Amino acid sequence: MALLTVENLGIDIHGIRPLDGVSFSVDKGEILGIVGESGSGKSLTALSVIGLLPLIGGRILRGSIRFDGIDLATLPEAEFRRLRGRRIAFITQNPMTSLDPVMRIGAQIDQVSMLHLGLDARAAQARSIEIMAQLRIPEAATIYHHFPHQLSGGMKQRIVIAMALAADPDLIIADEPTTALDVTIQAQIVDLLVELVRERDVALILITHDMGVVAQTCDRVVVLYAGRVAESDAVAAIFERPRHPYTRALIGCIPRDETAHGNLTGIPGAVPSVAHYPAGCRFHPRCPRRGAPCDHIVPVSAAMDGGLFACHFPENSGVAR
Amino acid sequence: MSGGAQNLVELRQLSKRFESRRGLFGKPRAMTAVDDVTLGIPKGRVTGVVGESGCGKSTLARLVLRLLEASSGEVVFDGMPLGQLSGGALRKLRRRMQMVFQDPYSAIDPRYNMADALLEPHRIQGIRLSRADARTVVGELLGMVGLGPQIAASFPHQLSGGQRQRIGIARALALKPDFLVLDEPTASLDVSIQAQIIALLEQLRSELGLTYLFISHDLGLVRYFCDRIVVMYLGRVVEVLPQPHAAPRHHYTRALLDSNFVPDPKRRRTIRRLTGEIPSAFDLPPGCAFAARCPRADATCRAIRPDLTQTADGHAAACHHPL
Repeated sequence: MALLTVENLGIDIHGIRPLDGVSFSVDKGEILGIVGESGSGKSLTALSVIGLLPLIGGRILRGSIRFDGIDLATLPEAEFRRLRGRRIAFITQNPMTSLDPVMRIGAQIDQVSMLHLGLDARAAQARSIEIMAQLRIPEAATIYHHFPHQLSGGMKQRIVIAMALAADPDLIIADEPTTALDVTIQAQIVDLLVELVRERDVALILITHDMGVVAQTCDRVVVLYAGRVAESDAVAAIFERPRHPYTRALIGCIPRDETAHGNLTGIPGAVPSVAHYPAGCRFHPRCPRRGAPCDHIVPVSAAMDGGLFACHFPENSGVAR
Repeated sequence: MSGGAQNLVELRQLSKRFESRRGLFGKPRAMTAVDDVTLGIPKGRVTGVVGESGCGKSTLARLVLRLLEASSGEVVFDGMPLGQLSGGALRKLRRRMQMVFQDPYSAIDPRYNMADALLEPHRIQGIRLSRADARTVVGELLGMVGLGPQIAASFPHQLSGGQRQRIGIARALALKPDFLVLDEPTASLDVSIQAQIIALLEQLRSELGLTYLFISHDLGLVRYFCDRIVVMYLGRVVEVLPQPHAAPRHHYTRALLDSNFVPDPKRRRTIRRLTGEIPSAFDLPPGCAFAARCPRADATCRAIRPDLTQTADGHAAACHHPL
């Protein structure tokens, strides 16, 4: 049994239903990538798992979210509070919104271990500085007394990661943790997250729009499109033999060294907004393989060799088109 | 310098300094956003400028079109030094050079419908069009960027990000320019749309014989799209790659390449961490600006700034210990 198993998740926000039948699982020591373009439902999936949907007026309609034997979908908020930050940590895209601008950095990290682990101030400080040093923050004991505005974006994101680690969580959800950073800094932070997972044996859900980051870091991948899982599989399989045409198209949008001029064409059209989801397969208006059933019959999710895909005319699966 | 092609634009020892003070009573301090850049932009080709935040690439873009006044040095467009032109002559020349911005949403007046937005360049240039001609112009421009005529009546908030950037490109093309400066034109778009826009730019370049200066932080994209790559670090050109896939000689270019996430799980990068962060442009070290992060840096690098030296193949690097 995996540490976290999400099954058939559907949510409602003020009458619209942006997620529909999302399923995946992640285990300790494993990195699961959730990839998709804007509007695919990646961040809403994260909010569902950490129980913050009510903050944006949403609720879970159906499905289950099992974390270490507990169903998070029905967990009362009072109990969720003991879990959130303690056993499930969340890293957001913009480190500036996760840090209090008028509070010293050290005190912000201390709070986590004081609240969740019951440490006193002195022990919390020692722990915070130790974690900061592990994250290769130079002169951690000095930086501990700094305010957020005195740090660069990359350093701030390390502080947010230190806060996430302070209570020794089992699961970390990182929502586009490097999108706001420069490329060389982005590579440093991603490398750091990968090392953490391997050393501390935590489970990491990495939410990203970047197939390059997925290929370089993840063990398994969930490809979301318009609130549904298009395909999920091991990372090697996703790139070697994608079955859903959207997966292939998404990979094809990133230029590689061997991509010849004129071969980067993109995907025609745009991701539909939640108010205008097409009937049938939601990708069909943009799909090169669409056929008769695609515009009115929702493809059911099919399993094959450890992967799942939802397509009437999948590639690499012996189905003729 | 550029494989025989003639230069449409030449930058000669171009610099831009900004001054600011720390707090209200602080000492004024200066930073050099663009420092002594000399560069030819060959006609009909795509020249890429790549670098991280603070490297001066967007300032360079604005200097090239004289949207910002240079502190020293000059920009020569098709033989004419821009700094010596009068306001009227400059405006006339501006028809031939246009810019596409990163955020098309803030580049278009929200109260304009798309027909108005596309006709704005004509209005600014004082070109009067009859109603029928205006309709033809709008229809042609929309067609060039792959949009249907029904878009003409819509407002910016009704369009998707990709459609808005197509409008941004169409508007830049309205006065039939020769030269486009593209400042991160796809940075705020989803990858499927980014690839569409790049394909559109490729097609327009070959159909209209345009010259591009393409500014980006994405080395992977620059290597795909550009004929020649200029790498900037803290205001200076540190390397010029004569072909997009030339092996880097500067350690910073190498680090940028290593930081690129290749979309292939079979080619996982070995973790080779680039330590340190980009220093502040306000207190630059005397030597090579990259020395603090460079694995090869020694005393010479920290004391003496390396010059950009070019070899016979057009490859130039500013490094004491090139790769």
